[in-house]
Amino acid sequence: MKVLKSTLAIVTAATVLGISGLAQAGATLDAVQKKGFVQCGVSDGLPGFSVPDASGKILGIDADYCRAVAAAVFGDATKVKFSQLNAKERFTALQSGEVDILSRNTTMTSSRDAGMGLKFSGFITYYDGIGFLVNSKLGVKSAKELDGATICIQAGTTTELNVSDYFRGNNLKYTPITFDTSDESAKSLESGRCDVLTSDKSQLFAQRSKLAAPKDYVVLPETISKEPLGPVVRNGDDEWLAIVRWVGYAMLNAEEAGITSKNVEAEAKATKNPDVARLLGADGEYGKDLKVKKDWVVQIVKQVGNYGEVFERNLGKSTPLEIDRGLNALWNNGGIQYAPPVR
Amino acid sequence: MQTQIGAPKQKLSFSDPKVRAWLFQIITIVAVVSLGWYLFNNTQTNLQHRGITSGFDFLERSAGFGIAQHLIDYTESDSYARVFVIGLLNTLLVTVIGVVLATLLGFIIGVARLSPNWMINKLATVYVEVFRNIPPLLQILFWYFAVFLTMPLPRNSHNLGDTFFMSARGLNMPAALAADGFWPFVASVGVAIVAIVLMARWANKRFEATGVPFHKFWAGLALFIVIPALCVLIFGVPLHWEMPRLAGFNFVGGWVLIPELLALTLALTVYTAAFIAEIVRSGIESVSHGQTEAARSLGLRPGPTLRKVIIPQALRVIIPPLTSQYLNLAKNSSLAAGIGYPEMVSLFAGTVLNQTGQAIEVIAITMSVYLAISISISLLMNWYNKRIALIER
Repeated sequence: MKVLKSTLAIVTAATVLGISGLAQAGATLDAVQKKGFVQCGVSDGLPGFSVPDASGKILGIDADYCRAVAAAVFGDATKVKFSQLNAKERFTALQSGEVDILSRNTTMTSSRDAGMGLKFSGFITYYDGIGFLVNSKLGVKSAKELDGATICIQAGTTTELNVSDYFRGNNLKYTPITFDTSDESAKSLESGRCDVLTSDKSQLFAQRSKLAAPKDYVVLPETISKEPLGPVVRNGDDEWLAIVRWVGYAMLNAEEAGITSKNVEAEAKATKNPDVARLLGADGEYGKDLKVKKDWVVQIVKQVGNYGEVFERNLGKSTPLEIDRGLNALWNNGGIQYAPPVR
Repeated sequence: MQTQIGAPKQKLSFSDPKVRAWLFQIITIVAVVSLGWYLFNNTQTNLQHRGITSGFDFLERSAGFGIAQHLIDYTESDSYARVFVIGLLNTLLVTVIGVVLATLLGFIIGVARLSPNWMINKLATVYVEVFRNIPPLLQILFWYFAVFLTMPLPRNSHNLGDTFFMSARGLNMPAALAADGFWPFVASVGVAIVAIVLMARWANKRFEATGVPFHKFWAGLALFIVIPALCVLIFGVPLHWEMPRLAGFNFVGGWVLIPELLALTLALTVYTAAFIAEIVRSGIESVSHGQTEAARSLGLRPGPTLRKVIIPQALRVIIPPLTSQYLNLAKNSSLAAGIGYPEMVSLFAGTVLNQTGQAIEVIAITMSVYLAISISISLLMNWYNKRIALIER
């Protein structure tokens, strides 16, 4: 029924474009405030990024990003409703106004940013790259040995293009089998339909943790592409774009300044550091510029956490995914996460 | 001054039913056209305003992704237009194979349902009741995940005489490649067909003139075997076979039917055959038993009775609903998106839509394709229906 559902969603979205009125700057924030929640597009189930737990609550770094936006806009991180979208549905859902933010491990590329009526916020939630997951029984040590392999890919992703580029570039042959959902790809890898499952590396770790025998599978060392994942909004509403972008920067700045969900309230009252005072709204009206609450950063950090906390909670060493910060560490800590200042 | 007296001038009046009829038709047309225009215009404005690229230029851009099954040559640098053709061919492939197999299976099951043999009769009934009452998508998923993907890996594949290999990668079989005798062979088959047609004409003429029957079938079969066989003796074999063999991850060489295709075709065949069986049964039952008795009393043997009396009349009842089943099969092939078979919906309305973001154009093209396929099937079947329909005088 998933297929029917997704086709229906796309057709509906196309129809909505046909009959709906025009979008204007500021319209999204107004609409969000009026309805009282942020409608957030997340994945159809990717551990660490957005996946429902036993009670149906969506967990993950992508989901938390939307919660942080809600905390900034409403002062309440629970005012989010999630739409689970597969890779094929995601852009149409955003274009047609079904969701306000698409926070769904989506790679920023120029064509998506400029040609599809969408705008990437510019904040990168997670710097990723494509890798390969193979059965260790195959004895493959490097992606260069994958000539002639059958590869399972999720449909409608940049992975489809990047895998093809890599194999063409290295003069290797392959057969792609594309599935709508990551679950189907994983099932096909286990059954031996494909030799290799390929996706963003973070997803491979997540997929592997879901397999029946995770120990039998290895992620190959190569990373064959750049996949900067970040939230996306509709084109033409700069005000909303700014909010979504600066929520991310605020979380990074909070981590850099050592402000955590535990100490944020105390810091907001007692800080002597002018940088922190500006960030937490004790000094200046930076929240007002963005048309969000004056204490927006306090609310984000208190209710959701700073970037490091969100990362550790969803992806870090304490989770089954055990992903290193790597590129996603702060700039002064060996990574490339660097946020412009709030001032 | 003289007033001219002629026919009283026709005044346009609302009480005139002709005027009313015209008026309403004009209003309807205007309403439909303006609604269409409004939708088109508003879509255009919205797309422009949101900065979404529109138009069909994207079809010429290179696609850049691989496709598992393509009936025509394809490389990643080919255009989206070629991807579209590949999707279309893959859809047509499933539709054509499905229609042929479902018709054969459906006719067999349908006749079996009328069998006086209790066992065959009940088996056919169970078949129909089981397969037409399970949603087709579930059947596709069942065949794919529970049957074809549980096959062993290529290295341990089920081996049929070192020629056919069944594994989770599909059915690998020898590929037929053209050898020296290929074109002479094709020509000889053509000659045989012409000879059979001429023979049949002559036999029919003689039958009408003298009433002496001729063994058309056996003579035709003989012609069909003897002429090409002579050709093979003279020019050599038409085809040589390329055997699949294991190399690296998978089989190389030979042809492969991918499990997605197998699962989809099988599921749609089995599902649609259940409906066709019922249609065939009802068609045959609609011909009254008196027809059989009348034919027998005229001295026709059971074979000709079935072929010349029962089936032509049953077909009149069978063809119209059969057309709907063919249409359903063509449309159900879009369910393949669930198992990753690269047909129209999963390839074009899926991957291409997502890579280009041009939802409206892609969906419009896809819808027109299904419309075109369905209308073609419909026209073909209507033509056939007219040909076999009762000619009333």
